Amino acid sequence: MPVTFTHFISTLEAYAQLLLLGVCVTLQLALLSVLLGLLLGLLGAAAKLSGLRLLRLWAQLYTTLVRGVPDLLLMLLIFYGAQTGLSRLTRALGWDYIEIDPLSAGVLTLGFIYGAYFTETFRGALLAVPRGQFQAAKALGMTFTQGFVHVVFPQMMRLALPGLGNNWMVLLKATALVSVIGLADLIKVAQMAGKGSQLLLPFLLLAALIYLLLSSVSNLALRWLERRYGVGAQEPSR
Amino acid sequence: MIELIQTYWRPFIYSDGDQLTGLAMTLWLTSASLCFGLILALPLSIARDSPRCWLRWPVRTFTYLFRGTPLYIQLLIFYTGIYSIAAVREQPVLDAFFREALNCTLLAFALNTGAYTTEILAGAIRAMPRGEIEAARSLGFDGWKLYVHLILPSALRRSLPYYSNEVIFMLHSTTLAFTATVPDILKVARDANAATFLTFQSFGLAALLYLCITFALVGLFRLAERRWLRFLDVGR
Repeated sequence: MPVTFTHFISTLEAYAQLLLLGVCVTLQLALLSVLLGLLLGLLGAAAKLSGLRLLRLWAQLYTTLVRGVPDLLLMLLIFYGAQTGLSRLTRALGWDYIEIDPLSAGVLTLGFIYGAYFTETFRGALLAVPRGQFQAAKALGMTFTQGFVHVVFPQMMRLALPGLGNNWMVLLKATALVSVIGLADLIKVAQMAGKGSQLLLPFLLLAALIYLLLSSVSNLALRWLERRYGVGAQEPSR
Repeated sequence: MIELIQTYWRPFIYSDGDQLTGLAMTLWLTSASLCFGLILALPLSIARDSPRCWLRWPVRTFTYLFRGTPLYIQLLIFYTGIYSIAAVREQPVLDAFFREALNCTLLAFALNTGAYTTEILAGAIRAMPRGEIEAARSLGFDGWKLYVHLILPSALRRSLPYYSNEVIFMLHSTTLAFTATVPDILKVARDANAATFLTFQSFGLAALLYLCITFALVGLFRLAERRWLRFLDVGR
């Protein structure tokens, strides 16, 4: 075993750069898709709470369908489906073949899927902010945007943070699925390094350890955020 | 679309001729891993809340490891990682176990859902009203009797809403099985897509099947909650 261990350390040096690249891809993917997801979530929550029936219906359809179907299936459907649709389009227009790169496909699908989960979180939190807060902001002469940004949003965030934090942890782990559609993320890179060096298990364990590190760090960050947004609240925010 | 259904309905539902596939495989994966996970979680959740730290810490480490890493990498470790070690292949028992993709998949799934279920149950045990335990103690319940007759039934009931989430999560996670060549619904859809190039139809059919199972599970859990959580409404 000690022989294998020193062997692993020496091969690790050869693959360090590749692994670092994989970590960067995973982080990039997670951060970009969480941004897209948050945006879609806010829009979705606004649609769900809007007075227009059609908007509510679409938002309901979006959250129900996306949350009822496994994310890996949606990912494959969007990845292959978009590719098929795009190549049909380019062929019809006589253009060159365009390939969707896995990173943007991953960001789009993960953002789209987790947007549905964020929608539900934001909806619940928005409902929990008393309506009077909006009216008070209006009475003070604030516009709708000002009232949302300065009055409602900070209160909503406090209530939404535990749910958002959970969603982020799930999303961080879901980025692993993207290696199935061919993106060279942490898992793919660990597999490549492991197969190239005949040390598959150590490299996989190392990748798992990096994920553990990432989720532990985000756990700490989330706790800090919850404390920050909990300032001034009467009951503890959890 | 109709041709696709005509060719692939059998593998999508139950079998491709010589093994369980599609819906049947997905349901088997889900129920078996949930079953093993629950059996694992029952003692672990009690240990998780134990006042003895040599009981508490190993369980906490286990749930931390399995909840902090993606299921996909756990599956890869059990499916390809462990089998890549020569010592495992030389042991006849281990070799026989880890050579089968289905065994590795079930092991990874069961341990993963076991870790989540442990935390759910442990949370429910911690949230037990002190008065109920004191009342039981005053009636002479103690030790394992307290757990078997009072704490576990109550914790299992109270954790139903959270457990239903975990069940649906597990159902959706079984789609990873195809990466270990287990022929679940998604694997059949991928094969159908590769053979016919009908991407939307193949994956759409699979999505429909998953939606049906999800809605059925949600309905079942709603019924179960109405039945077993009724006692919580009485006091209000």
